[in-house]
Amino acid sequence: MTSKLDKNKSTGIETKKRREPISSTNLLLTITICTFIGMYGFAMLMWGGGFLNPQQFFDLFNNNAYLIVISCGLTIVMIAGGIDLSVGGVIALVTMVCVVYLDDKGGSVVGSMAVALGIGLAFGLIQGALVAYLEIQPFIISLAGMFFAKGMTTIVSSVPRTSGNEAFLVLKDFRIVLQNVGSYAKNGNFIPAKIEPGVFVALGIVFIIFVVLRWTRFGRNLYAIGGNHQSALMLGINIKRTKFFSYLLCGILSGIAGYLYLLHTGAGNVSNATAAEMQAIASSIIGGTLLTGGVGNVIGTLFGALSLKTINTIVVASGLREPYWQSITTGLMLCFFILLQSVILSIRERGGVKMVMPKWLRRSSSDK
Amino acid sequence: MINGIKKIARSQLLVPIIALLALIIFNLFRDINFFTISLITNNEGNQVLSGNIISILTGASELAILAIGMTLVTAAARGQDISVGAAAAIAGSVFVNILRSTQITPGVIIGAFVACCLVAILFGMFNGTLVAIFKIQPMIASLILFTSGRSVAYWINGGASPTVESPLISHLGSFIPGIPIPTPVLVVIVFCIIVALILRFTNLGLYTQSVGINERSARLNGINSVWIKMLTFMFLGVCCAIAGVIAVSRIGLINHETILLDIEMDAILAVAIGGNSLGGGKFSLIGSLMGAYIIQALTITLYAMQVPSTDVKAYKAIVIIAIVVLGSPIVKRYAAQLRDKLAKKPMKVTENY
Repeated sequence: MTSKLDKNKSTGIETKKRREPISSTNLLLTITICTFIGMYGFAMLMWGGGFLNPQQFFDLFNNNAYLIVISCGLTIVMIAGGIDLSVGGVIALVTMVCVVYLDDKGGSVVGSMAVALGIGLAFGLIQGALVAYLEIQPFIISLAGMFFAKGMTTIVSSVPRTSGNEAFLVLKDFRIVLQNVGSYAKNGNFIPAKIEPGVFVALGIVFIIFVVLRWTRFGRNLYAIGGNHQSALMLGINIKRTKFFSYLLCGILSGIAGYLYLLHTGAGNVSNATAAEMQAIASSIIGGTLLTGGVGNVIGTLFGALSLKTINTIVVASGLREPYWQSITTGLMLCFFILLQSVILSIRERGGVKMVMPKWLRRSSSDK
Repeated sequence: MINGIKKIARSQLLVPIIALLALIIFNLFRDINFFTISLITNNEGNQVLSGNIISILTGASELAILAIGMTLVTAAARGQDISVGAAAAIAGSVFVNILRSTQITPGVIIGAFVACCLVAILFGMFNGTLVAIFKIQPMIASLILFTSGRSVAYWINGGASPTVESPLISHLGSFIPGIPIPTPVLVVIVFCIIVALILRFTNLGLYTQSVGINERSARLNGINSVWIKMLTFMFLGVCCAIAGVIAVSRIGLINHETILLDIEMDAILAVAIGGNSLGGGKFSLIGSLMGAYIIQALTITLYAMQVPSTDVKAYKAIVIIAIVVLGSPIVKRYAAQLRDKLAKKPMKVTENY
């Protein structure tokens, strides 16, 4: 709406300077990106070494491609005001079923991808139908989904399995080697940086979801439902169908994430992706998504996930090697972001502070 | 009599009662001796009760206590605290570490219990502050403690799993000599009586419900909604401390990673199975208690059917989904319409609960 008005105005004479306030979504997004860049830059200055190595930066993506994907799924669901706790369980189930399918049933790689998608789709379908059409609380349904997925994983195989399928191993060990970027080893050899193909899948998904959320009817409906359920209903938005599709999409994304996890580790295990749902929720929150719905952006989620993982690396680099420091700092960081969001949003509600977008960003702030 | 049945059929307790009855009947068909209770002599030479019912009642003690606290928090704050397991781990660690520092006497145990209650109340206040003052969703606010709480427990324990060995502690976790009823069950009974008295003689229940139903109008009516929310979180803290102490006394050691694992999920489920809305407002503590015992009965039934403990989750999930689907408003409405059709009554506008 606003962008159309802008266009009409820009055809005429620019009458006066318009002070366009930054939207909540964009403000929280900006904070997250700045935090990530600041944190990584600080780490580079402080500890140098590993952080200056490009491989360390790419490993951040290599190790967490699955987390980025499920965080995107959760962002979609959370924007619509729901929650999905089953994503971690689905990842574990997908890894286990795919390994068993590849090794015991002699399945093909393409077949295993279809299996992964199918599992995700099934979870999305059932959970979406129960939440949207039977109006059951999403927390309970997805919690049961998590229990079911974890239980099914041990029913499929109670011991961890590592895949030995050759075609799969070829795919798993495939790396994109950057010839120009890399680091020098101690003996002077140049080691090019390697990127896993899963990273591109994850970034592609982030881009697609970004487009869907911003420029499609479905995406705008999600924001409308999460922002105000009643007025969305009165606008004639099909709330049930939109909610259903949000869970469906989240289910499919967790299926994909499960396959990415398998590509990264090559093993099926019930303890795969333990507590991934909480990390994904944390990533979304750090990225500026509100659990109340209506506010959020997948780009923020991407940076949220990266920040969450960077802080763990920093904690290890700073010499606090005891494992409990990682979760304590994660908790503190979460606390910081949650308080920040709460304070900023309450100040904005009172209209106390008006932030103005810099000129070069103003065009993109058309959404609320 | 008929009025009574109608009242039950309309109340939120219908689904939990049906679920419990179904579980009992299923177990009777499966094994007629499932519910026999026998008096056996345990290895300390005491006469104690034993049987599946007793193990259900004992096993669900922590869950029942946490479910009561969770119900109040859910009612007032319109959301759930997912950090109860972590808070119980912290409380248990404090309890164990105080006991390890001195000679264990009943007085010291009471002192340690009070200390761990205070610590748990502090953590409850932390969550409560975030929720009541900063207006953060309870689940998000407690996510902080959920991620870091068990690590705090690990830090308190200095990275080990300390043990306490004392007959007094094992009495607390299993049986007091001369009393055949397990101590955790007694604790739950005493706790329930205290809570019932508090709700009977104070306005806490009413105030909690009114804050949950409409916070604005509650405030305009002179209820300090911030304080009520804070109070429910502090109360949940006490519940966490009691649950932590029971769990520690059972096995005589604290392991920060495994103690009361996933109990937050079970506690929230108990609240939901009890027919309480997870969106706050009216609540029924009896429903939540029944929910807790249903969950434990289900687990024990599955164990009795030789289901491996790791697979139990999948079957539990199916039963839970069945229960919540039966209890969902839409299904209830269809059921009411169907009943009216069968009774050949004219269709009436269904009530909106």
